[in-house]
Amino acid sequence: MRTSASLSISRSSERMQGSTEKSRFRDARQDTIAAEVKGLSKVYNAGSARPYEALKNFHLSIHANEFFTLLGPSGCGKTTLLRILGGFETLSAGTCTIFGQDVSRLPPEARPVNTVFQQYALFPHMTVRRNIAFGLEMLGIARAETERTVERMLELVHMTEYADRKPETMSGGQRQRVALARALAPRPKLLLLDEPLSALDLKLRQKMRLELKALQRETGITFIFVTHDQEEALAMSDRIAVIDQGRLQQVGTPEEIYEHPESRFVADFIGESNLLDARVSGLIGGEATLTVEGFADIRTSIEWPLVVGQIVSLSIRPERLVMREAGKEACSGTARVVARTYLGNAVEYHLMAGSQTLTARAPRGGLRGLLDFAPGDEVGVGFEPGSIKVLLS
Amino acid sequence: MSARQLSLSSRVSPRLADLGLLGPAIAVILLFMVAPMAIMFVYSFLQAAPYGGVEWTFTTEAYSSILFERDFLDDSLTFTPDYLIIVARSVCQAGLATLLCLVISVPTAYYIATRPERQKNIWLVLITIPYWVNLLIRTIALLFVLRGDGPINAVLMQFGIISEPLPLSYNGFAVCLGLIYSFLPFMVLPLYSAFERFDFRLLEAAYDLYASRRIAFFRIVLPVMRPGLIAGSLLVFIPSIGSYLAPDILGGGKTLMIGNLIGTQFQSARNWPFGAALSMILLTLTLLVLLWLARRAGQQKSDCR
Repeated sequence: MRTSASLSISRSSERMQGSTEKSRFRDARQDTIAAEVKGLSKVYNAGSARPYEALKNFHLSIHANEFFTLLGPSGCGKTTLLRILGGFETLSAGTCTIFGQDVSRLPPEARPVNTVFQQYALFPHMTVRRNIAFGLEMLGIARAETERTVERMLELVHMTEYADRKPETMSGGQRQRVALARALAPRPKLLLLDEPLSALDLKLRQKMRLELKALQRETGITFIFVTHDQEEALAMSDRIAVIDQGRLQQVGTPEEIYEHPESRFVADFIGESNLLDARVSGLIGGEATLTVEGFADIRTSIEWPLVVGQIVSLSIRPERLVMREAGKEACSGTARVVARTYLGNAVEYHLMAGSQTLTARAPRGGLRGLLDFAPGDEVGVGFEPGSIKVLLS
Repeated sequence: MSARQLSLSSRVSPRLADLGLLGPAIAVILLFMVAPMAIMFVYSFLQAAPYGGVEWTFTTEAYSSILFERDFLDDSLTFTPDYLIIVARSVCQAGLATLLCLVISVPTAYYIATRPERQKNIWLVLITIPYWVNLLIRTIALLFVLRGDGPINAVLMQFGIISEPLPLSYNGFAVCLGLIYSFLPFMVLPLYSAFERFDFRLLEAAYDLYASRRIAFFRIVLPVMRPGLIAGSLLVFIPSIGSYLAPDILGGGKTLMIGNLIGTQFQSARNWPFGAALSMILLTLTLLVLLWLARRAGQQKSDCR
């Protein structure tokens, strides 16, 4: 353990020497697998009357140098997965490797991994400096080297002037930075972040998003970030894994996850979606005809095999739902405006089309914003081409 | 601030209101603590009357007789370590009892603090149950257990493990056991509350930063729990050092501690000034310990290493 960690430190100092060398080094590592779990399961209270399966047969590969996010609602198992990677929980089945090394049975202190804890868990009896130095001291790094690294970390997170303060005298954002510096100081191969922004207020959270992302680029360390905030995940991640009820739902770039959700859950959880029940009424080549109650038949390309008569879900983002004056233009269907909500940069309309509720969002001042409707109005509803995703229910 | 406090302050001046709230407690402390200590202090500088009480003549005789013996014939002073030995024994006994209480209480308090909420209360009640019985009765009962013909020796002899009763009573061992038994909850409870407040995520952070269990315990757990450790140690050490019952009953008078010596001076020996002087010594010792701990705590705070 000791050797591998000091190895990573010497490697990191090489990395700092020149930007060209740095980028070359990065490219070489781009395809390396930083962390991988295979067939991972975690069962709590196994053998008791009420076992609880937090993670079910989980497969996931995280590339080196990635800002990777585990995203899901609370209780979905994302934190359990992070804690298994950190060594704080044992796994019930499967394997967990970090840079090729099987760490399934290793305790936290033997893993080349550091964690930024949700409530930071800074040592209250130590100054900022001592907190940051702790991991390096435990690794037996020489004192001079430790002090140099601590100074560099303090600069990295802009906390040099607070170096000799105790954590209790600092604000949430400052503690957050110290926790980051403390976890980065030993140059982990993997940095785990457990909802580190959730304790901060909105403005600070948005600022820290940018800082975290920049820090990941600067250090070249693989970040695994846990959050339930989809906006946070979309803004920072290179790739996102969406998790629900202990199962991996989808892995992809923020664009892929947002534009091409593969399941009803992902479409609903990431951003907002109108979900309509539809029946497959015809299949011609790569296109399907779908029947939705209250709408004209919809034709769309399909990504997976369907059979006629199958019930599927259609997902459409509110900003891609088009509203027109009723009867003036050809529309897929009609709806009645139930409520109109002013959001500042947009106006949101809640619509009833038959028995289905829909949400449409029109940007303020945009082309469509010129048209405004009031509750009670009958409107025509259309879908932007390519905006409909067919999801298996 | 409560509504009642507000209404009180609005009618009378704030200082008067404070006095009204604190007055009774201050009166009790003045009357029953400060005044008796002052009397003790004065008595320690007076001459002993032949049949108890004091004669109003200033002398430091009481203090000098702690260290020196006055010869009856020629009035010369010779050094005698007898009383010093008793003081030292008291400090050692109390120190040992405190240390052992600490060793017993850390795992106990940790165990209780990490139980589910409902179990915690059961354990805490169990810890405090002995306190529903008078200390004297408990100490005498302990003596019956430890005696030569008590159950421990009886069982051991029955099984042929020993052929003669172990000397469990009327010695330093029994006194130390008595002190631990008497004051253990005073250590368990502050440590429990310290563990209760302890953020166990700090331990995870320590392991995450490559600390072993042993290092995490000494570098994270102990320093963070320091206030609880100090409070518990004081709560055991201070009553232990002046303890009267345990050495009297379990030590059988052979292992006198400073509390017994003071008691004797006010009762059979009828040397009130000497008893008062010994009390002052005990008080000074206690204050020195407090001061030392306070200074160490202060250093810890200013010292960033």
